[in-house]
Amino acid sequence: MVKDQQKVGWSKIELASRVAQDLEDGWFVNLGIGIPTLVADVIPEGREIILHSENGLLGLGPKPEPGQEDMDLVNAGKEPITLKPGGSFFSQSDSFAMIRGGHLDAAVLGAFQVSIEGDLASWKVPNDPLGRVGGAMDLTVGAKRIFLCMQHTSKGNPKIVEECTYPLTAPRCVDRIYTDLAVIYVTEEGLVVHELAPGVTFEYLQERTAAPLKIHATGLAQEDILQQ
Amino acid sequence: MIQKRFENTAKAVADIHDGATLLVGGFGGSGLPSHLIAALVDQGAKDLTVVSNNIGAVSDGVAALISNNQVKKIICSFPVGPHADDLIARFQNGTIKLEISPQGTLAERIRAGGAGIPAFFTPTAAHTELGEGKETRMYNGRLHVLEQAIIGDYAFIKGYRADRWGNLVYNKTQRNFNPVMATAAKITIAEVDEIVEVGELDPENIATQSVYVHRLVKLEAECEGRVLVNG
Repeated sequence: MVKDQQKVGWSKIELASRVAQDLEDGWFVNLGIGIPTLVADVIPEGREIILHSENGLLGLGPKPEPGQEDMDLVNAGKEPITLKPGGSFFSQSDSFAMIRGGHLDAAVLGAFQVSIEGDLASWKVPNDPLGRVGGAMDLTVGAKRIFLCMQHTSKGNPKIVEECTYPLTAPRCVDRIYTDLAVIYVTEEGLVVHELAPGVTFEYLQERTAAPLKIHATGLAQEDILQQ
Repeated sequence: MIQKRFENTAKAVADIHDGATLLVGGFGGSGLPSHLIAALVDQGAKDLTVVSNNIGAVSDGVAALISNNQVKKIICSFPVGPHADDLIARFQNGTIKLEISPQGTLAERIRAGGAGIPAFFTPTAAHTELGEGKETRMYNGRLHVLEQAIIGDYAFIKGYRADRWGNLVYNKTQRNFNPVMATAAKITIAEVDEIVEVGELDPENIATQSVYVHRLVKLEAECEGRVLVNG
């Protein structure tokens, strides 16, 4: 267990913005519940990214202005959102036909654990009798890319591990991991760090990761890396 | 003349028997047929199997049937929320059985039930705890699990507008599970904000066709404010 200091790394909204930067013009993207829902509020100007919400809508927009909330216009987390021009509503079976049928370019999801091979555990913690799967298992088999968007550790414990000890959502499904500390790609050669958040060193990151990390061949992107 | 309208929710749910399988539309509070649920709490049918995506997100959802000891089995994807405590307690003391189905698999099981397909293979949940014990088969080099269709004795649906025949339109994301559940029950009961004359709904916009809807109840004005306080 390593105690994280609060000053390093990205805030939740900065993390959501970092994920949003990597979503490409024209993509259809599903947002999971938790930090991923923040991505809707920080889509880069000038990029047309069509957001999908599993409860049955395409064209999800940012949060409404206070007082404009409509509880019949909600996202996967049951929070009020807006609909962009060109948006549409459809049933659950259509929504998951889009998901399972491979029509979405990416899904941005949360996680309890992710392994070095990209196995994802996100629906049940050990000894929880219930579990809470929602659409996660369908998204992980159906979306073309799975981007995780999560805190790097949970109560000081690493969430990136050699092998998941929690029940799996799906094996070998994760493509990239965006955390408050770094951007990490899951590759054939293992976990490759592409970017460090401000104030984070590779050693600091590795200390909080229970699987070996590699540095991207062309080096690490970091605004203040020279200060390290 | 076709007349599907019932005077009130109590009459619309009066014949639901002990042991019935009930499909309940909605995603959290959005599109939740809460007035039909309230009427069924009063009616008191027991040993129900309830199929609904979220259990416990709101107090006036399926949680109300659970707290009133009317449920023997839940099939859902997300049994989590501020009102899930009674479900957890009854699951732990063995009085309620719980079957967790991935959300897309749940929707497709219901769709299959309504479409006359008894079972289907899906890649969802392969290699996971939720796929354990199910028949599997390889397609295109990928493991798939066999999932069984779901058919209800009754479905509770929340619509926005209906016509006298039972055609339905929805309001925004309240659509969610409602159209697919409407197809998969022997008796589908819809609570709606408004009932209009046949011909008034735009045929291009009808999301649930009258063939699927057997009973209609128009909500009274004092009930309609509910949408403002749900979630």
